[in-house]
Amino acid sequence: MASKPHLEFERDMVELQEQIERLLALAEKRGIDVSGELGELRTKLARLRADTFQNLSPLEQVQVARHPMRPYTHDYLVRAFTDWIELHGDRSYRDDAAIVGGWARLDANPVMVVGHQKGRDMKENLHRNFGMPHPEGYRKALRLMRMAEKFGRPVITLIDTPGAYPGIGAEKRGQAEAIAMNLREMARLRVPIVSVVIGEGGSGGALALGVADRILMMEHSVYSVISPEGCAAILWRSAENRGEAAKALKLTSTDLLGLGVADEVVPEPAGGAHTDWDAAAEALGSVLARHVAELRGMDAQERREARWRKFEAIGAWRESES
Amino acid sequence: MAWFRKEKKPLKSEDRRDLASDVFDKCEGCGEILYREKVTQNLHVCPKCGHHFRVGPEEYVRIFTDDGSFQEHDGHLRSADPLGFTDLKSYESRIHAAEQAGKPEAVVTGVATLDGIPIALGVMDFGFIGGSMGSVVGEKIARIGRRALEEERPLILVSASGGARMMEGIYSLMQMAKTSVVLARLHEAGIPFISVLTHPTTGGVTASFAMLGDVNLAEPGALIGFAGPRVIEETIKQELPEGFQRSEFLLEQGIVDRVVDRRELRTTTVRLLRHMFISSTE
Ligand SMILES: [Zn+2]
Repeated sequence: MASKPHLEFERDMVELQEQIERLLALAEKRGIDVSGELGELRTKLARLRADTFQNLSPLEQVQVARHPMRPYTHDYLVRAFTDWIELHGDRSYRDDAAIVGGWARLDANPVMVVGHQKGRDMKENLHRNFGMPHPEGYRKALRLMRMAEKFGRPVITLIDTPGAYPGIGAEKRGQAEAIAMNLREMARLRVPIVSVVIGEGGSGGALALGVADRILMMEHSVYSVISPEGCAAILWRSAENRGEAAKALKLTSTDLLGLGVADEVVPEPAGGAHTDWDAAAEALGSVLARHVAELRGMDAQERREARWRKFEAIGAWRESES
Repeated sequence: MAWFRKEKKPLKSEDRRDLASDVFDKCEGCGEILYREKVTQNLHVCPKCGHHFRVGPEEYVRIFTDDGSFQEHDGHLRSADPLGFTDLKSYESRIHAAEQAGKPEAVVTGVATLDGIPIALGVMDFGFIGGSMGSVVGEKIARIGRRALEEERPLILVSASGGARMMEGIYSLMQMAKTSVVLARLHEAGIPFISVLTHPTTGGVTASFAMLGDVNLAEPGALIGFAGPRVIEETIKQELPEGFQRSEFLLEQGIVDRVVDRRELRTTTVRLLRHMFISSTE
């Protein structure tokens, strides 16, 4: 029996899960009571998951953040939100499927949701460009965020990208300008903005949706200036050293909370969000609702100024006497 | 401003054999052997072919300020090592080596007058860890931006950068947001920002303040882009066309307003500021 896509260190957990499923199938078919064995297996699985996922190395965190079964933007859109209606295009060049956006409701309240969108199989990934946007994707995002401002609705961004696409068309059409403009214009928006890193927060291509009043991270997401592979290739002169680079970059949700960049970490189900999409979405939805409600209570200008102060305070330096 | 004034030592006899390389430079553009003094007088532009030699911040400070008017700000800020980052070398030792080479950081900022107009100025230094943007670069640019806002001075930023300072991890990425926030405020206040892009400007600097000028000016032949050419070639598995990501290409694509010869940067900037900000009676 072919297993679902999984990471190497998940093999024992996947096997346990399959045993549980086989046992359940058997119980149904034969009408026998397996509750004893089932309880034992489930306890074992829960313990294994907790042990493994509370002790992931930084590189393993990166692998979980990129997990092929991890919930992507659309998976959260149809679970944590209701009444989702997608809107397309930058009104200038084309619709970039690496970023999706549109209206949705969080509880009963209309919000604009914009997020990177990865594909789950090769065909969808070619369509989505592996979640790596072109300039027109960022320009679509900005168009939709401005629409939210026009109608006084909060903006929620879901971040999940290896990075902005480094290609000829992207450069020709002003990838750098598109990212830069989003940074500046998100700073100016008068409506509440909450950003959540749901998977991979890859560099400027991630940050282009990330100038927000609140920066949240799903527990096993990562957020970094460069991929561990890219960093290792440059500084260690070999991508083989990605484990050391992942550690040195301090890119886990715990790291970012400690560095004062992330405001809150949203706990994931014990074996990671990919083991229970509904539970992950429910956790995210309730945290989002709380932040949006808090931000709505603030005066628009005060909220913007707090956003400015938040980013103006990030960094560390020494002061020399000379 | 110790970084600024380099005292000239008298020529010693044992140095004479190095005289040739001391007095002459070979142009990277046309191969011509040029008398260095001539090149220097020509703002480090080849008089034969117009090739722009890379120059440090002191040269741009001279270009964009009236003599003696530049007052440096925040020159005491130095890079820290917030992550305790070590690759094959420690980040601390990289900072130390760059500082020992007489460069305090990858950007110099201050206020001055330019043709009598009070301005705020920041100039990046590619010689300090590839002009990479870490916390100090972000902070100094944010501070000079806020000063421009408070004192209603047009802001000029001259970029030269390989991108983010990855040894500062997420802090270096967030400097993109930090500098853009200040430019958002400047934008709303109606204060001009002129971005001058020099060779090379790539990565996080391009994808933040360098692309946000009311007017983006580029020196001829400068490499300007989001991704570096090598990364693009590795991604698309093909060679890039000649001139790709150069200033002239960006002008054609509508990404920069003008390609301006270094010898024209000052007058162009003054004319722009007078159009944008200074009333005609002044
Ligand atoms: Zn020449």
